[in-house]
Amino acid sequence: MTNAATLPAGRARPTPASAAAPAGRILSWLRRRIFASWRDAVLSLSVVAVLGAIAWAIVPWALLDASWSGASRADCTGTGACWAFVAAKAPQFVYGFYPPAERWRPDIALALLVFGLAWLMVPRLPGKRYAGLFMMIVLPLATVLLLHGGFGGLAVVPSDQWGGLLLTMILAVSGITFSLPFGVLFALGRRSRMPLIRWFCIGFIEFCRGVPFLTVLFMAIVMLPFFLPSGMKPNPLALAVAGIIFYEAAYMAEVVRGGLQALPKGQYEAAMAIGFGYWRTMLHIILPQAVRKVVPGVVNTTISLLKNTTLVMVVGLFDLLNIVSAGVSDPLWAGSQAEGYFIVGLVFWLMSFGLSCYSRAIEAGFARAERS
Amino acid sequence: MENPLIQLANVNKWYNQFHVLRDIDLEVRRGERIVVCGPSGSGKSTMIRCINGLEAYEQGTITVAGERVDQDDDNIEKIRQRVGMVFQSFNLFPHLSILDNLTLGPIKLKRVPRAAAEARAMELLERVHIGHQALKFPNQLSGGQQQRVAIARALAMEPDVMLFDEPTSALDPEMVKEVLDVMIELAGTGMTMICVTHEMGFARAVADRVVFMADGAIAEVGTPDSFFSAPRTERARQFIQQVIH
Ligand SMILES: Nc1ncnc2c1ncn2[C@@H]1O[C@H](COP(=O)(O)OP(=O)(O)O)[C@@H](O)[C@H]1O
Ligand SMILES: [Mg+2]
Repeated sequence: MTNAATLPAGRARPTPASAAAPAGRILSWLRRRIFASWRDAVLSLSVVAVLGAIAWAIVPWALLDASWSGASRADCTGTGACWAFVAAKAPQFVYGFYPPAERWRPDIALALLVFGLAWLMVPRLPGKRYAGLFMMIVLPLATVLLLHGGFGGLAVVPSDQWGGLLLTMILAVSGITFSLPFGVLFALGRRSRMPLIRWFCIGFIEFCRGVPFLTVLFMAIVMLPFFLPSGMKPNPLALAVAGIIFYEAAYMAEVVRGGLQALPKGQYEAAMAIGFGYWRTMLHIILPQAVRKVVPGVVNTTISLLKNTTLVMVVGLFDLLNIVSAGVSDPLWAGSQAEGYFIVGLVFWLMSFGLSCYSRAIEAGFARAERS
Repeated sequence: MENPLIQLANVNKWYNQFHVLRDIDLEVRRGERIVVCGPSGSGKSTMIRCINGLEAYEQGTITVAGERVDQDDDNIEKIRQRVGMVFQSFNLFPHLSILDNLTLGPIKLKRVPRAAAEARAMELLERVHIGHQALKFPNQLSGGQQQRVAIARALAMEPDVMLFDEPTSALDPEMVKEVLDVMIELAGTGMTMICVTHEMGFARAVADRVVFMADGAIAEVGTPDSFFSAPRTERARQFIQQVIH
């Protein structure tokens, strides 16, 4: 439909610059995008100056003057970062206290995760519905069984030994996978015609939005034992996973509600007029559109979920941040805070940035499909 | 005589204090084409939306093929599958392709296999003259094209009757004819139709009866010729004067 002839004149594509020589092309790009006016030029140059200053501060420390190997902090003689610390602690940062001989088990779990993600995200692969089921049912069950063991000759590794990046991934992946579906249910419940369901959902959502996650976790670990039969102790990991899923689901619910409200009444009526009942209308007509409208909000909540996983230290879990904190206090490596937290920051930034990129790809895909 | 396909008997409806439908009695036989007209706010939309249960009514009875229309979920969903509806604002599903707009209902509600549903959908799209647009999305079509898709989508459920609520009044003038032509062709197939519209040409071409509503009541019923050339009530006379201009 959209070919050059039908485009309004104002939106016609600029003539391809391929005719000009490369150097001329760069110059013309600079003139158009950087130095179009003196105000643009000042702004652009200030940005360049700030970026330059940041790089000037970090690059020598992180790369040029860094020490890369050694058995203790004393071996780090350079004036820059002591990456020997990270190298020595890397296995612990990744697996926590998971027994070294059994670390192939988390590796397999990670491979399953990568497989599921690829299946879900690569557009050409078929059976997306089954990929969803795989992520929501097969992957969690397989991961728990594999990591815990206790069958078929696999030694039991209790969950208090799982830690580091492994634990962070468990919390993040289960939170991301389940908070949206539960959030959708809470959002629908909030608009339900049945008052009890509506009140319950409103109460739950407002409770979670009103209380810091740290408080929720803390209350759960302190108060839950009072309600359980004596001698039964709640598993901190299970508690943390459930806490993250439901806490973030409350936020997802509000994001999704925004999308639901943005849909015209005609969509409900058209679905009903065909003969769709409530659930089919929601599943096939309303939710696909509502969720598409709120992808940025969903990703925003997901990123905050990711960072909230670091709070599980209050229930005694050693996620990536907590285990790095523990490593930093090792007397052999005293004074390695900067390196440790730099790495934690980098890992979280990479994960969040990956989510952002994925979200933009999704939005672009929707825009292409609807060309609205 | 055969039982009427649709029967409204003594139907009354209120919006709070506002009496929007007053003692509506109407019987529509299978294959009959009814045009409903009347001033804005006279209750035309409300009446046809009661027939497929999009609105509830407080008094009287409405039956479709002998089934009572009430707010019982299972019952109303069954009835809606047999009653196609076309809205003023098209209401296509923007996240689905034209083809998927047509096949979703048959596949999910009638368990028609996808291949069969798509074959049938293509037939219907040909019938409304947009077969070549099947893989586009609603936003890529003009208003007239969207409304024809909406008609095809309703037909895909193989309904016994089609309800139209001012199907051409949101369209640019040059697109009205293409939609009316499709409706006239549909009438030619013997489909039972209840059309809220002010298109007199359409009414004269296909309607068996014209139902004129005013203030929530049916004020006059007649053949198109007798209604348009010799209305019996003053309200109808005024209304026809306005529509002609
Ligand atoms: N949901 C509603 N609540 C209150 N009044 C309504 C509602 N829907 C329609 N009405 C009123 O009912 C009357 C009939 O509306 P409608 O059936 O849409 O008329 P028509 O289709 O003939 O123009 C109008 O006066 C309108 O204002
Ligand atoms: Mg109306």
